[in-house]
Amino acid sequence: MQTASERLPAARYAAAWRLWSKLERVVVPALILAGWEAFSRSGALPQSLLPPPSAVLHALGDWVLGLDGSTQDYSGTWLRHALSSSWRVFAGFVIAGLSGILIGTAIGWSRSAEKTLEPTLQMLRPVPPVSWIPLAIIWFGIADKPAIFLVFLGAFFPTLMNTIHGVKTIDRNLIRAGAMMGASGRQLLVHIVVPAALPSIFAGLRIAIGSAWMLTVTAEMVAVKSGVGYVLWDSYYFLRYDMVIAAMVSIGLLGYLSDLAIKRLMGVVLRWQRTTTVQGREG
Amino acid sequence: MAEIAIRSIVKTFTDRTRGREITALDTVSLNIGDHDFVCLLGPSGCGKSTLLNMIAGFEAPSSGRIEVGGTLVEKPGADRGVVFQQPTLMPWLTVADNVAFHLKLKGVGRTERRARAQHFIDLVGLTGFEGHYPSELSGGMNQRVGIARALLMNPRVILMDEPFAALDAQTKLEMQEELVAIWQRIRCTIVFVTHSVDEALVLGNRIAVMTRRPGRIRDYFDFDMPRPRDITSPAFNDAKRRVLALIREEAGSSRKAA
Repeated sequence: MQTASERLPAARYAAAWRLWSKLERVVVPALILAGWEAFSRSGALPQSLLPPPSAVLHALGDWVLGLDGSTQDYSGTWLRHALSSSWRVFAGFVIAGLSGILIGTAIGWSRSAEKTLEPTLQMLRPVPPVSWIPLAIIWFGIADKPAIFLVFLGAFFPTLMNTIHGVKTIDRNLIRAGAMMGASGRQLLVHIVVPAALPSIFAGLRIAIGSAWMLTVTAEMVAVKSGVGYVLWDSYYFLRYDMVIAAMVSIGLLGYLSDLAIKRLMGVVLRWQRTTTVQGREG
Repeated sequence: MAEIAIRSIVKTFTDRTRGREITALDTVSLNIGDHDFVCLLGPSGCGKSTLLNMIAGFEAPSSGRIEVGGTLVEKPGADRGVVFQQPTLMPWLTVADNVAFHLKLKGVGRTERRARAQHFIDLVGLTGFEGHYPSELSGGMNQRVGIARALLMNPRVILMDEPFAALDAQTKLEMQEELVAIWQRIRCTIVFVTHSVDEALVLGNRIAVMTRRPGRIRDYFDFDMPRPRDITSPAFNDAKRRVLALIREEAGSSRKAA
C-alpha cells in the first residue's frame, strides 16, 4: 500500500512531463494567438485596424480555397501568387548561389582574383539592394526581371562572403595532403577546397534564402503586379488588414518551407558532419 | 646510391615581429639508404619537422638540395607518402574513399579503387570500418587510415611526422609494433620524426640525433638490435643510455654557450 502511494506522484509527474514535451512547441504561439484574439475583440482598437486571428484565418481560407468570395478579386488566387513569388525567389537565388560560390571560391583561392575583384564587390556590398529599385525598374520594366535582379543582389553577398570565408579558413594540411597524393591545382580545388568549404557555403545559402524572400516581397510591392508581396500592398490600399496579415503569414510560411528544403539538402550533402555537430544530436 | 640524399640544407626564417633572421637548420647533410627505417630524433623546435616537410616538398630550403631516388625535390608528389602529426583525412570521405583518394585523382574506376583500398584497410587492421567517416573513429584509427592512404600510393619513401604523438601510451605501443611489421613486409624506406628516445629506438634501424636550434645532425648511427625489441632489455637500455648521454652533453654545451 505504502509503495503504491509513493509511486503514484512519480507516475503523475512522468505523465505530466510527457504531456508537456508534446505541447512544448505550441504553447507560446497558442498564448500569443489567444491574447491577440482577446485584445482584438475587446474593442480597444477598431477590429478593422487589428483583425483578430480568426478573421485572418477566414481571409486566408478564402484566398487559398475560394470558399465564400470574402476576399473579392483575390478569392482562390493564393497558389498563383505564391508560385509567382516562389519562382522569383528560386530564379534569383539559384543565379546568386551559383555565381556567389564561383566568385567566392576564386577570391578565396587566388590572390590575383582577390586583388582584382574584391574591392569592387566590397564597395557594392553595403549598398542596400532596395536602393537599386529605381534602376531595376528602368532597366527591366515592371515584371519578373526587376524582382529577380533584386533577389539576386540580396542573396549574392551572403553566399559570396561565406564562400570566401570557407575557402580561406581551410586547414592548410588538407591541401598538403592532397598535393602529397598527387593532386593538380584544379583537382585540389574540386576535390578538397570546395568540399571543405561546403559547411560555410551552406551557412551562407541559408542567410541568402532569407534575404531572397525579403527582396521578392519588397520588389513585388513596388515593381511587379503579382505575387504575395503585391497582394499585401494592394490589400493595404483597400484597407483589408486581414488580407495584409494573411499575406504576411503566407510569406513566413513560404520562407520557412524554403529554408527547410535547404536544411534537408544540407543534411544530405553534409551527412559526414552529422555526428560532429551539436545540432545533429537531436531533431 | 642513397635513396634520399640531403645535401647541406640551410633553412632560415624571418621573424617579422622582431625583424631578425632565425636559422632553423644549419648545413644538414644526411644519406638515407633504400629500405632504411630512419628516425630523426630531436627536441621540439630543432627543425626536424621542417626537414621532413622539405623532403615532402611542402617547404623549400634556403640553400642546399634534396634528392629522392636521384630526382631533385621541387614540389610534393605521390612518390613520397606523408603521414601527418594529425591524421589530416578528408572529413567528408569515408575510410575507403580516404584511402583510395590517390586513385580517384588518377581517374581509376570505382570498383578497382574499392578493391585496392580494401587490401590496405585490411593491412592496417580496419576491416569493417570502410564506410565510416573520420569523425566516427578514434584518433588511433584515423592515424591508421592515414598510414593506409600513404601505403596505397606505393611510394618510394614514407615520411612520418610524429604520427603517434597524440595517442595514448597503449595505442602508441600497438601502432609502433604494427608499423614495424608493415615495414618488414613492404620494405619501403621510412623517415620517422620523433622527440621520444624510446620511440626512435623501438622503430629505427638508423637513428639521426639532432641538436637544438639551429638544427644540426649531432650523430647518425646504425641500430640493428634484433626485432621484436624488448624495451626492458639490457641491450635496449644501453642504447638508450648512450643516446641520452648525447642529448645531455648537447644540452649542457648549449647552456654554456648561452
